[in-house]
Amino acid sequence: MKRSGVGESGLIFNEPLIFDRGHTGEQGYSLPEWEGGEEAALKALPSHLVRDEVEGLPQVSEIEVVRHFTRLSQWNFSIDSGFYPLGSCTMKYNPRMNEAGAALPEFATAHPYQGEEFSQGALRIMWELQQYLGEVSGLPAVTLQPAAGAHGEMTGMFMIRAWHGDRGRPRRTVLIPDSAHGTNPASIVFCGWDVREVKSDAEGMIDPAEVEKAMDKDVAALMLTNPNTLGLFEERVREVADIVHAKGGLVYMDGANLNAMMGITRPAEMGVDVMHFNLHKTFSTPHGGGGPGAGPVAATAELEKYLPVPRIVRKGEKFLLRERSRKSIGRVKAFFGNFGVLLRAWTYIRSVGPEGLREVSETAVLNANYIRKKLHHAYDVPYDRICMHECVFSDRRQRERVSTLDIVKRLIDYGIHPPTIYFPLIVKGAIMVEPTETESRQTLDRFVEAMLAIDEEAREQPDQLREAPVRPKVGRLNEAKAARQPDLRWYPPGPEKSG
Amino acid sequence: MDFPADLKYTKEHEWARQEGKEVTVGITSHAQEELGDIVFLELPEVGTEVVRGKTLGVVESVKAVSDLYSPVSGRVVRVNEGLLDAPERVNEDPYGKGWMIVVETPEETGREGLLSAAEYEAFVKEEKGA
Repeated sequence: MKRSGVGESGLIFNEPLIFDRGHTGEQGYSLPEWEGGEEAALKALPSHLVRDEVEGLPQVSEIEVVRHFTRLSQWNFSIDSGFYPLGSCTMKYNPRMNEAGAALPEFATAHPYQGEEFSQGALRIMWELQQYLGEVSGLPAVTLQPAAGAHGEMTGMFMIRAWHGDRGRPRRTVLIPDSAHGTNPASIVFCGWDVREVKSDAEGMIDPAEVEKAMDKDVAALMLTNPNTLGLFEERVREVADIVHAKGGLVYMDGANLNAMMGITRPAEMGVDVMHFNLHKTFSTPHGGGGPGAGPVAATAELEKYLPVPRIVRKGEKFLLRERSRKSIGRVKAFFGNFGVLLRAWTYIRSVGPEGLREVSETAVLNANYIRKKLHHAYDVPYDRICMHECVFSDRRQRERVSTLDIVKRLIDYGIHPPTIYFPLIVKGAIMVEPTETESRQTLDRFVEAMLAIDEEAREQPDQLREAPVRPKVGRLNEAKAARQPDLRWYPPGPEKSG
Repeated sequence: MDFPADLKYTKEHEWARQEGKEVTVGITSHAQEELGDIVFLELPEVGTEVVRGKTLGVVESVKAVSDLYSPVSGRVVRVNEGLLDAPERVNEDPYGKGWMIVVETPEETGREGLLSAAEYEAFVKEEKGA
C-alpha cells in the first residue's frame, strides 16, 4: 500500500474505560468539612435527594481524568488532523484568527444582561454581520438569532406562514425536490405543514414542468437548495421561482451550499424570498457537534417586518435592540443568538474581504472539478458535467465486487475521512465528495491516488476491501448491530444486568 | 430476486396480500435489499386509519430513513409488534415473518392501481436500468 503520510507510525495507546482506571479510595477532589456536622447537613436536604452510597462512580485522581479524556481526544479525527471531504458538510479549515478574536476578554466575558450601553461593540459587530450577509445574498433583511440551519428553516417557514396569513390564505403545503437534504422535509413537518415532493429531471435538476404541475393554491412555498445536493447549479431556478411566485407562493433557499456562489451570483437574483446561512459551513465557524451554532436568516425587504425580535437597529452612531415589532413572528432564541459563533463569522468575512469571498467560491468549485476529472475514468459520475463545490460518484463500476461502504472504509486506511455516502438518495451507492477551498493540490492528489488504488484493490483483492479499515485502532464496526442493539452505558460488575 | 405471484405491489415497493377483507402489508425483497440492514421501524397502532398512498410508518436502515406507504385504505387490525425488537426479520423474510401490519378494508375498494407480480418485476427492472 502506498504510504499516505497519516497514521504511518507513532504509538497507539490503549485506554481502559474510566471505570476501570484508578483504584478504590483514589479521588481528585477534597471537600471542606460539613459546617455543623454531617447530620445537620443531611437534615437540611430533602430525604429523596440523599443517597447512602453511589455505586460504581469512577475512583480516579485529577490527572487520571485528564489523561483519559486527552487520550480519547487523540483518537478523534478532525479537520485539524486530516483531509475531511464530507460532501454537503463543507469541512473547511477554521482559521485561528477567528479564535483569537473570540478569545478577546471584551467579547469572551460579555454578558447579555450588561445592557445596550455596555454592549455597543458586540451590537455593532452583529449589525455589520447582518449587512454583510445581506450583501452576499442580496436579501437585505437579516436576523442572526437562529441557532442552527434547521432552526433557520423553521424561522423562515414561520415568516412565510405569517406573510400568507396577512393575505388571508393559510396555505400549508411546501414543495421540496427529491434531491433535498433530509432536514428540509423534517422542518416542514415540524412546522405542522405538509411536504409535496417534486421529481428531478434526468439531469438531476428541478424540472419547471413538475413544479408547474405541483403548484396550486395550497402551496405556501418551494424549498430548494442551490447548488443542489448533486453539486449542480440549478440553471432554471429563476424560471422555477417565477412559476411559484405567479401562483402566490414564496421561494425558500437552503443556504447549505452557498459556499459555491459567493461574489458570483446572489440568491436574490434567483428569485429567492427567504434563506438561511450555515455559518459553520460557508463562514468557517466550528462545526459544533450539536452546538452552539448559528443559522442566520435573510429575507426580502417585503418580509422584514416578520423577522424575529429583538432586531438590532442603528440610530446615528448607536446600536439599539428593538424588542417590539407588531408583525414579528416573535422570539426564536434566548437573548441574541450565539454571539461567539457570529463573531467568528464576522472575523472571517473581514479577514477574507469581498474579493476573497469570491475566490473562496471559485477555488471550492475548482477543487471539486479537479477531483471529478481525475476520478471519472475509474468511478461512475452519474451526472458528469461541470459541478459546483462538490461532486457525486457512485459504486456502479465496482458494485459487482465491493460496495460504496467498502470503498470509503478503505479510505480510512489511507488517513482520509470517508466522504458522505448513500446521499443524495436519488443516486444509488452515492459517494459525495466536497474538498473545500482550503485544501492544497497536493492533498487533493493524495486523495485521488488513494481512490485509484482502492479501485485497483476492488478488482484484485475485493475480499480484503470488505474487511477495511484494517489500520486504525478499531476496525470495521458492525453498524447494523450498533443500531439494533445499542450498548450505551456501563454497568457495575455483578451478576445482574438491568435496563 | 423474489416476486411472489399471489401478492399485489406498489411502486413504492410495498406488497399486499389479500385474505378476505384483511390485507397484510410489508416491503418487498427488492426494497429490503436496496435499503440494506434494517435497524428500526415505526409502525401505526391498531385502530389507526391508513390511506392508500399515504405514509403509514417509517423504516430506517444503515443507509437511509424511508417512509412506508400504505397500499390500501382501511383500519389497522394487527401490527407485527415483534418486528420492533427484531427488525432484521424484514431482511431475512420480507414476505413472511417480516410482515408489518394487517389492514381491514371495505371489500374491493382502493385495490385498483396496485401492480401484479409481473408488472412490479418489470417496474423494478426499469428502475434499475435508469
